[in-house]
Amino acid sequence: MFLLLHTCFKQESDGSVLTNIKENKEVNDVLIFAVVSLSAIGVSAAVILYVVAQKFKVIEDPRIDIVEEELPAANCGGCGFPGCRNFAEALVKKASNDNSIEGLNCPVGGSDVMSKVAGILGLEASEQDPLIAVIRCNGSRKNAPKKVNYNGPSSCAFAHALSSGENGCPYGCLGLGDCVVACDFDAIHMDPDTALPVVNNKCVACGACVVACPRDIIELRLKGKKEKRIFVSCINQEKGGPARKNCSVACIGCGKCVQVCPFDAITLENNLAYIDYEKCKLCRKCVPVCPTEAIHEINFPPKKPKPEVKAVQEVKVEKKTGDEEVKKLVPVTEKKEPPAPETDTEKKKIKSNI
Amino acid sequence: MCALKTFKLGGVHPPENKHSADRPIEVFPIPKQVVIPVNQNLGAPSSPLIKKGDMVTAGQLIAKGEAFISSNVHSSVSGKVLKIDNMMDQTGYKRMAVVINVEGDEWDGSIDKSDDLKEQITLSREEIIKKIHEMGIVGLGGAAFPSHVKLMIPEGKTAEYLLINGVECEPYLTADHRLMLEKGKQILIGAKILMKGLGVDKAIIGIENNKPDAIKHITELAKEFDDIKVQALKVKYPQGGEKQLIKAAVKREVPSGKLPIEVGCVVNNVGTAFAVYEAVQKNKPLIERVVTVTGKTVKEPSNFLVRIGTPLNELIEKSGGDKEATGKVVSGGPMMGKALNSVDVPVVKGTSGVLLFKEDESVRVEMKHCIRCGRCIQVCPMGLEPVLLTQLSERGRWEEAEQEMVMDCIECGSCHYTCPSGRPLLDFLRLGKAKVGQLIRNRGKK
Repeated sequence: MFLLLHTCFKQESDGSVLTNIKENKEVNDVLIFAVVSLSAIGVSAAVILYVVAQKFKVIEDPRIDIVEEELPAANCGGCGFPGCRNFAEALVKKASNDNSIEGLNCPVGGSDVMSKVAGILGLEASEQDPLIAVIRCNGSRKNAPKKVNYNGPSSCAFAHALSSGENGCPYGCLGLGDCVVACDFDAIHMDPDTALPVVNNKCVACGACVVACPRDIIELRLKGKKEKRIFVSCINQEKGGPARKNCSVACIGCGKCVQVCPFDAITLENNLAYIDYEKCKLCRKCVPVCPTEAIHEINFPPKKPKPEVKAVQEVKVEKKTGDEEVKKLVPVTEKKEPPAPETDTEKKKIKSNI
Repeated sequence: MCALKTFKLGGVHPPENKHSADRPIEVFPIPKQVVIPVNQNLGAPSSPLIKKGDMVTAGQLIAKGEAFISSNVHSSVSGKVLKIDNMMDQTGYKRMAVVINVEGDEWDGSIDKSDDLKEQITLSREEIIKKIHEMGIVGLGGAAFPSHVKLMIPEGKTAEYLLINGVECEPYLTADHRLMLEKGKQILIGAKILMKGLGVDKAIIGIENNKPDAIKHITELAKEFDDIKVQALKVKYPQGGEKQLIKAAVKREVPSGKLPIEVGCVVNNVGTAFAVYEAVQKNKPLIERVVTVTGKTVKEPSNFLVRIGTPLNELIEKSGGDKEATGKVVSGGPMMGKALNSVDVPVVKGTSGVLLFKEDESVRVEMKHCIRCGRCIQVCPMGLEPVLLTQLSERGRWEEAEQEMVMDCIECGSCHYTCPSGRPLLDFLRLGKAKVGQLIRNRGKK
């Protein structure tokens, strides 16, 4: 083809086109044939494509694209859908079917994004209180000392399948960091001193760590007003004696918190207290009565008569309050257990052993 | 005795270390307290029949298995039930168990405690299966699969061979070896009973060539029975796996995901054959078993006849285990056994040995990157690709792992043993099997 055109042009430059074409009749025939056949193929293909396009037309709601743009594009799966696009599709579908988007929530974007999305869809977003991942174990190296050494693969999934863990607690944190690996938001880290994970403010409650934890230690709980939270930092269902044998801060299921709670927010099941975060009014009555200090309160101003001990891993949630809490911790430890400098050396010792 | 046989595919040769091979079986004194888990077998848990404060006698039924794959549990001692509570088992997790404070040694009246040999098999086939079920016999090779289930041949299948597994390919362990030397006759009668229960007329006893005395002894005894043949086998781990034994002894291959009955074979351990003899001829439930206590920190590696529920701690003390020098205690053999969290756990029906490792032996070598040498594929007796399966398992790609036949893994640990990079292949495979098993079960529910 190229050669043909080439000769054609060569000839054109020589003299008038008409005479040349006439002279090269064979070339002329080939050219016409090529042009006609190509256009015929083009037209028929266009017709087929048009018919197929009409027949298999996918009618997509244009709102899906607009909604998707509003979403954070993290594709974390926190909403329960594989990605933001699927969530946008689900939102639009629900909006057109039920005329509401209740039950669907983007934990990353929170109520801001959801209200924008609702605006696009011409609806009103129900206010969803933000959640945060909470680690319900305080079995740090000090509270639950190691009994055996585990030197299998460094993953909680393996450790959980192979044995009950280094400190012997069959419910407690294994400290190998599957939750850290699962987090896409840099919101969870291991504390090298306690060997427990720490959640920071970047947490968007997508729930990836909840799924990753083989022992269901992490729970999504209400972030709370001014991030004040109260929860039982233990999920051990053993009876008091065996639970305390492995860990000094285990919930022993004594039920004192259940009696003292004025809002019936605490339930006791299988030797374990659980605080319902929707019923809890953050009155803090349960915190001082817990004999093992298993109930933790976070981001509260200190109570004057009896300063409370706070979860070590939660101290770091907010730096300011964290520092205050550490200051508070010192007098308490001085009263009850060996003085603070000694605990420091203890910590160092444990570190060197690791 | 005929030419040595073995299975073709894969296999390794770990050092044998059978320190306790020449130590006769010693009857272990009855402990002060026993802890008997109510679920000691593969399959559904059994439900306890007694309550706190009850007096029990040795051999009394204390938990009944009601599901198809489940088995009965009997009291191994006489005494008072202290409590029925969740007690730590060998995995470190808590399971329901019966704790009995021992008082005297009173046996259930129906049990024949004498040592007289009873050769005449009077029971019919159905009666034998019923008896084995009642007496709570499970496979004593380690997996603790209820024996009566093996004898109930599904419709459309026929059994041709009974294979008695005297291979004991795990290093260190000598329980089966000693049992063959000391209770050979009983094992053969047990085999005859199993043959009657299955309705087969051919039985092969497979013994590895590292136990020449046992081969000689059993061959001598088996001359009486023309339908029982002793097959000496070339030493290779994991020959004691039932699929490997079938391949070695009768050259048949069990299809993937199927039971040995598919190729007309049923495999039972020598320990199981002995337990069957005692159950059927002597009416004695499975309340004691032979356990090897061995390892380099044990002064006197021994074989004990132990009541089920005895704390492992007492076994270690009796055989002179040096607790200071010990770094790791393993229940079972070194290849397939599980490291224990605590030695305060009881002997169960599946416990074949207690193995103590020295401090320096017990630390795993550092895990390095896979160098893709393919040795794990070479040694896998099931023809799997452990390197691929571990990668899938590491990344949580369970569906692909299922397609790559992770469920065919027999957890023999040959890949783990041979890996030059010290990669914990078996751990990955076990996790993969557990996860894929869950997937399959969930699919079944839907």
